[in-house]
Amino acid sequence: MEFKFAIEGGNFSKAGSASSEVKKILKQLNVNPKIIKRTVVSLYEAEVNVVAHAFEGCMNVDIDTDKIIVKIEDKGPGIPDIDQAMQEGYSTATPQVREMGFGAGMGLPNIKRNSDQMNITSKVDVGTEVEIINYFG
Amino acid sequence: MVKVADVVDKLNARVICGSSNMDQEIQFGFASDLMSDVLTIDTENLLLITGLNNLQTIRTSEMSDISFILFVRDKKATEEMKQLACENEMTLLECGHSMFSACSILNEIGLQPVY
Repeated sequence: MEFKFAIEGGNFSKAGSASSEVKKILKQLNVNPKIIKRTVVSLYEAEVNVVAHAFEGCMNVDIDTDKIIVKIEDKGPGIPDIDQAMQEGYSTATPQVREMGFGAGMGLPNIKRNSDQMNITSKVDVGTEVEIINYFG
Repeated sequence: MVKVADVVDKLNARVICGSSNMDQEIQFGFASDLMSDVLTIDTENLLLITGLNNLQTIRTSEMSDISFILFVRDKKATEEMKQLACENEMTLLECGHSMFSACSILNEIGLQPVY
């Protein structure tokens, strides 16, 4: 099964709506609730990152019998140093993002913690792609 | 374990959403205005105690399977927040206590810290 959800940069009132849709689908498929939680927490962190940092993005979801593969792609400033961005506490978030309860430099490390596989590629001034793979078994 | 009804009673809280959940019991409490921290918690049966009243509080709770939210410092949930919380069958409470005061009272009646 494949699904695609658009993510609007800067629109915090919609942030989380794509992850919420994925959660509903995984619930309908009777996936283990602990795996649903791990998956949607990582997707939500990635979705908030797009809203917080990029102009626009999309979440491409591919659900197989044994796993879910999600690619979150955005058009935005990109990440100059991914190793640095992966460090807990490192953040380039704006005050507006912090007011929403984010921007503590926990997002990417938390995606890693909640996914079985995480791949991240980025080009400065082009955008970022985060791939998250979680197994159901 | 603490009943939702006891939380309401001890804090003189208003029930904004989930009035049919008063008999449900909660084991743990976690107090934070930082949703980034809330997203790192994987404890079940949790009351989120927060002063952050925006839609991301509800979204974060939805993703983290948190069913009970208490707003402190007289923060009010917006209509949009109530709607999303109701859709997700959450219990939303509001009280006039500071976060410290609310946590202290809730701990006294048996709500446990996550760590």
